[in-house]
Amino acid sequence: MRIRISNGHVIDPANNIDREQDIYIADGRIVAVGSSPDGFTPDNDIDVTDHIVCPGFVDLRAHFREPGQEHKATIASESRAAARAGVTTVCCPPDTDPVIDTPAVASLIRRRADEVGMTRIVPLGALTQKLQGQQISEMKALKDAGCVGVSNAMYPMASLIELRRAMEYAATHDLTFFIHAEDAALSNHGCAHEGAVATRLGLPGIPEAAETVAVASCLALIEQIGNRAHFSMITTSRAVQMIARAQFDGLPITADVTAHHLHLTEIDILDFDSMCHVRPPLRTQRDCDGLRHGLARGTLAAVCSDHQPHEPDAKLAPFSATATGISALETLLPLSLRLVDDGFMQLSDVIARLTCMPARILGINAGTLSPGGPADICIFDPQRYWTLTRHNIVSMGHNSPFMDWELKGLVTQTLLGGNIVFTSDKDVVNV
Amino acid sequence: MNKSNIQLNEQGRLRHFLSIEGLSRSLLTDILNTAESFTSVTEQSVKKVPLLRGKTIVNLFFESSTRTRTTFELAAKRLSADVLNINISVSATSKGETLLDTIRNLEAMHCDMFIVRHPLSGAAHFIARFAAPHISIINAGDGRHSHPTQAMLDMFTIRRHKGEFHKLRVAIVGDISHSRVARSQIHALNILGAEEVRIIGPKTLIPAEAHTLGVHVFHDLREGLRDVDVVIMLRIQKERMEGAFLPSEHEYFQLYGLTEKKLELAKPDIIVMHPGPINRGVEIDSVVADGSRSLILQQVTHGIAVRMAVMSLAMGHSFSDTEREGS
Repeated sequence: MRIRISNGHVIDPANNIDREQDIYIADGRIVAVGSSPDGFTPDNDIDVTDHIVCPGFVDLRAHFREPGQEHKATIASESRAAARAGVTTVCCPPDTDPVIDTPAVASLIRRRADEVGMTRIVPLGALTQKLQGQQISEMKALKDAGCVGVSNAMYPMASLIELRRAMEYAATHDLTFFIHAEDAALSNHGCAHEGAVATRLGLPGIPEAAETVAVASCLALIEQIGNRAHFSMITTSRAVQMIARAQFDGLPITADVTAHHLHLTEIDILDFDSMCHVRPPLRTQRDCDGLRHGLARGTLAAVCSDHQPHEPDAKLAPFSATATGISALETLLPLSLRLVDDGFMQLSDVIARLTCMPARILGINAGTLSPGGPADICIFDPQRYWTLTRHNIVSMGHNSPFMDWELKGLVTQTLLGGNIVFTSDKDVVNV
Repeated sequence: MNKSNIQLNEQGRLRHFLSIEGLSRSLLTDILNTAESFTSVTEQSVKKVPLLRGKTIVNLFFESSTRTRTTFELAAKRLSADVLNINISVSATSKGETLLDTIRNLEAMHCDMFIVRHPLSGAAHFIARFAAPHISIINAGDGRHSHPTQAMLDMFTIRRHKGEFHKLRVAIVGDISHSRVARSQIHALNILGAEEVRIIGPKTLIPAEAHTLGVHVFHDLREGLRDVDVVIMLRIQKERMEGAFLPSEHEYFQLYGLTEKKLELAKPDIIVMHPGPINRGVEIDSVVADGSRSLILQQVTHGIAVRMAVMSLAMGHSFSDTEREGS
């Protein structure tokens, strides 16, 4: 199958491309960008005038709930949601049930994703057995089974000595250490940012220091060990500053932010809206601004979705008793594009933080349109307004605070390895 | 969109009573005036009015309580309603029934009003959002968030003794952080126009960004009591000694316990209140608790009239109806 994607505006930050060009695909791979290879006659010519053509997005954090929580979502259902979102690679954390602490679970997830064939899944291995924070897992075996890094998901380590040993062992096998920076004792079963809103609502708070203390202790250990580490879902302005300073000092660390932390703040939980119950919590406007600047400067290298689909009952309880998380894949692009309209970033810089930069963090060959690579491509109309509704959402989880928002930027086609895995349907999308 | 709208119907009248925040001064004043008209009922030998005859009111308590539940029950009975007491802390939730299931079951029994107490903040709002539209929800305390009828009975007590609010300095002393009562009192005092609201306690018991609630924060009781007209003492829970909030009851009493000597710093006609139950010798000295400036028992009595007022207003009876029935 030979495909030409013609008349689109190509943005491929890894190769410094930001102009109107054609893309040529053969046998699932990109063969040329710009001028036609000799004798290339397309079987399928896709005209995408006025659309952006970019690498398929790489999402550093999405929960597909399989194995173990298929009542919330499945790899099949969420792969379709990913395709709709233009996401062609997702990194899934190890907190499935059973957890990804054996090669068998990692292989199962990858095999399911291949069978569905709508997005690629790269798993993170569990740092410790059963994620209990004590005995380290067989990281080498997990790496051989395709895990691109290790993480203890949202679970705490028993103490700093276990954290240190686990970092050293991961470094031995050249595995990136993914950190959710939260000091469990300081967050003390809180459910909202400790500040004016939690005070007003009488909700137990998670202080800023729960994040900064964890970042500080990790940075001190990384400085000593010299291992490669990645901070997932940074939420405070102060932590952004700490990470920027450490990067300036040459530490091999990266960090990301979720799309919702770039747009929502503690104010959004004011009427006990359980759709905004997320962990780590929504912080202050000052933090939100700090995250946006951190993303623009590159301190935060990627925007992730932290996609967490839930069944409806999970959000039907008093605020603190509800499950945390947002069904976030399908709003990843429009929320990221909002930063362009808000004047924080150039379009190509936003695309970089959804493509080549997260791919680099994972150490995988993705997120570019380089000839020879797989034709994982997202095509979107940056000017198109649309609304996410209960009827058109693809994910099994309908838990989104962005439901019924007017969103700008609509994915019209997604290609995975040269196969068209998503085409927007005007009737479904309800513009 | 006004987030507290859920408490009011289209005419701006009380439909649910979930929190003080977001209600107007005139509505709070209506509650106080209505309660005033009911005090005569509670003092008559026949203590009943037929305002809520034929209505079924459910006391739905997910957390234990004696006084609040009892005064709600008495208030409902004096309005001639049928009352059902349900304590759920052990029964349904331990069998795996969700809060929403419990509510649906009670709806099916054709009840008109739920009085809800729940250990989680926001529980009453949650029930109000999902219960059938004809059911009124009265919050009898949700987590650390709100306890609006307690705050209103405190306002009622203050008004009876001090008249209007605009010249009053009120200090609330103790564990503000964990107190739904304090949060409701702060909102009520600010809405009713008190000159100054102070909160007094060690930093471990003052919530983050407390000043945003519209209060001045003091950590020294002597300093905070200066020129105060009303002091409200909060109960110190024994658990606070364990979570590193406080070193000992002894040191707490030394620093924040209310004694006759410390009261000399306040205005001479200061009144002393406490939502109860009191810990003698921890937050308040017996001499003060039983002294002439203490209104602690009056607060309990006023609780009945104020709860009658809130229930009848939420069931659609205006202040003038209650005037007629009460006289």
